[in-house]
Amino acid sequence: MVPISWYIGLSITLFTLGVMGILTRRNAIIIFMSLELMFNAANLAFVTFALYYHALSGQIFVFFVMAVAAAEVAVGLALMVAIFRTKGSIDVDQVSSLKG
Amino acid sequence: MQINLFGLAPWVVFFPLLGLVINLLVGKTLGEKFSGGIASLAVGASFVVSVLLALSLAGDPQMHYVRLGDWITAGPLSVGWVFRVDTLAVTMMLVVSGVGTLIHVYSIGYMHHDVRHNGDPGRYTRFFVYLNLFIAAMMVLVSADNFLMMFVGWEGVGLCSYLLIGFWFEKGADGIGNARAAKKAFIVNRIGDFGLLIALFLIFATFGSLQYDEVFAKVMQISAINSPVIVLITLFMLLAVTGKSAQVPLYVWLPDAMAGPTPVSALIHAATMVTAGVYLVTRSNPLYSAAPAAQAVVAWVGAATALFAATIAVAQADIKKVLAYSTISQLGYMVAAVGMGAYAAGMFHLVTHSFFKALLFLAAGSVILGMEHGEDATQHAAQRRAGKGSKKQQQARAKEQFVQGALVFDAEHDEQFDPQDMWNMGGLRERQPVTFWVYLIGALALAGIFPLSGFFSKDEILGEAFRLQPGIFWVLLVAAFLTAFYIGRQVCLVFLGKPRTEGASRSRENPSVILVPLVILAALAAFGGAINLPGVQSLEHWLEHTIANLEPGQFSLLLAGGALLVAGMGLLVAWAVYGQAPLAKAQPDPLRRALGPLYIALEHKWWVDELYDRIIVRPYKGLAAFLSSGVDMGVIDYLGDALARLTASLADALRRLQTGLVRMYALAFLFGAVVVLAFLAFSR
Repeated sequence: MVPISWYIGLSITLFTLGVMGILTRRNAIIIFMSLELMFNAANLAFVTFALYYHALSGQIFVFFVMAVAAAEVAVGLALMVAIFRTKGSIDVDQVSSLKG
Repeated sequence: MQINLFGLAPWVVFFPLLGLVINLLVGKTLGEKFSGGIASLAVGASFVVSVLLALSLAGDPQMHYVRLGDWITAGPLSVGWVFRVDTLAVTMMLVVSGVGTLIHVYSIGYMHHDVRHNGDPGRYTRFFVYLNLFIAAMMVLVSADNFLMMFVGWEGVGLCSYLLIGFWFEKGADGIGNARAAKKAFIVNRIGDFGLLIALFLIFATFGSLQYDEVFAKVMQISAINSPVIVLITLFMLLAVTGKSAQVPLYVWLPDAMAGPTPVSALIHAATMVTAGVYLVTRSNPLYSAAPAAQAVVAWVGAATALFAATIAVAQADIKKVLAYSTISQLGYMVAAVGMGAYAAGMFHLVTHSFFKALLFLAAGSVILGMEHGEDATQHAAQRRAGKGSKKQQQARAKEQFVQGALVFDAEHDEQFDPQDMWNMGGLRERQPVTFWVYLIGALALAGIFPLSGFFSKDEILGEAFRLQPGIFWVLLVAAFLTAFYIGRQVCLVFLGKPRTEGASRSRENPSVILVPLVILAALAAFGGAINLPGVQSLEHWLEHTIANLEPGQFSLLLAGGALLVAGMGLLVAWAVYGQAPLAKAQPDPLRRALGPLYIALEHKWWVDELYDRIIVRPYKGLAAFLSSGVDMGVIDYLGDALARLTASLADALRRLQTGLVRMYALAFLFGAVVVLAFLAFSR
């Protein structure tokens, strides 16, 4: 087996890429994609620990994460549709009515 | 026969209060006669109660009290609403309610004319509400059993004085003169009240109680260990007396108070409120007996005031101002008497003075009414002669009259006609005979001519002064000469000779509602001496039950004769100057040429008001202006504003964070999460 740090490193990399995506992209769909990437990075970490420490609960938790992620995306996309109907675009920079 | 009606004592206060509540509620709707009637009835009832209390005391002269309830119980301080019935209190009650009733009746007629003259008939009821409130407060003052309740009454009469002086608050010089006079009275009185408060604090701190008997019982014991504090107490009380009883240096409010309607001058500023100071000293006689130094100060303040005010009265032109300064002077006599320990003499003069001074003021009011009527008649005659003038001219004239109040335009000479200026009067003896005779009686009583009341009371004071403090005697004797002179001058200028203006020549006598109280007061002024005739000394024996250290009055024929001679000379000189060859309008006062610059000083009241203005009022106003704009607005408001501005700029800066951009918020989440994780990771 490869050292656990490789897997964790990969997980960190994926997570960071996801964060960068959220912070820098303007398109809401891309942000959701980055968000999914972050979720999956976390999933990878869970599974890695489950494998290396023989803890089944890590695998179980991944199911939870996926279910929540799916639900959340559903809600999020519905929000985006509503916003598109109002604003005609899903550029998140334009959703700035709370500007003080 | 023993009457025991002491339980009625609180009713001397409750009847006037009832009267004023009734007047407040329904007085205006039920009309003038009702308002005046109820108010007079209320005071009359109070007088009846006072008489009943006096009769009860006659059989049983010990002090009785009626306790209504507790007021303050805080630690060692216990003050209650307790009414005290003793000979001194009842004497004051009789004077206040008796003279008060007569003045109320007089006011029914006087105010009927006055509210029309000043253009606001609706204000009639308010006058009687204030008058009843005054009587109630004064009764609280004299029937109190402890210093604090007395102080309540003290403040109450000060308030009523303010309300009544400024009754026509929108009138007077520049439309604000009356209000200014009222303010002056209140503020100057306040300085006196400060003195009284300090005295009360000292009394409580030293004696542990504010109740009269408890304090007086301990005086001897306290003065043995700590006599300076008693001197301090009595001197602070003296400050209060100079304020309320118009002595030097706080007398300056009383002449200005003449801006109020004449019944107010009679009741408050001649007969009752101003005597509160004399009552205070008499009531506190054990304290004063233990502080001979303070007694001397009191006596000399009184004597100095008596002389000082008498000199000013000599050169005044306004009929009420002469009487005002006369009041200050006579109060000086009373204060000098009680300062020397001659409490009976002082109280005797208080009683007789209230009779003849109220008489003089009310009769002066009758004269003024006559003059105003005469002036109205003159104006109507002039209008009929000249035609009415355009509507605009009439309106302008009416508006002018409303603002100026008592000053009426003389249609003939187109100058301001002051119905109170003695130089506009003259020859009123024929026009207003009853007024003339009662005024003469009052004037002779004031001058101290035998056998009127003033003779006996003034002589008793002079007798005591000669025996106890000869220096004061000579000062008071000179003041007696001046008293006779200025009142003689006034009688001659007002009543003798020929009318000096057309208004005076058209004046007429007043109706009975005005004249009857005058006649009653004249009888009292004439025969009032009977309450304390030399030899019999009824008042003195009556007061002895209450006042422990009473100097017994002794009558000396020589002294009485000498004083009578001095008064007679004063009257004679006055008649020689003013009565023998009555003056026409344009002629100046003969005294002006005789006294030269002294007359100018007297006419200008020794410039005391100007002096106070220069050294006290202006610096105070400057200080107030500095504190208000410099400190209050400049520093305190600035700090508040600065704080607000700081908050606003902080908010402005923080506002920049709210970009509205979702990505910024996401960054904030990330940042926060990193901080928390780092904290968790590194704190282990």
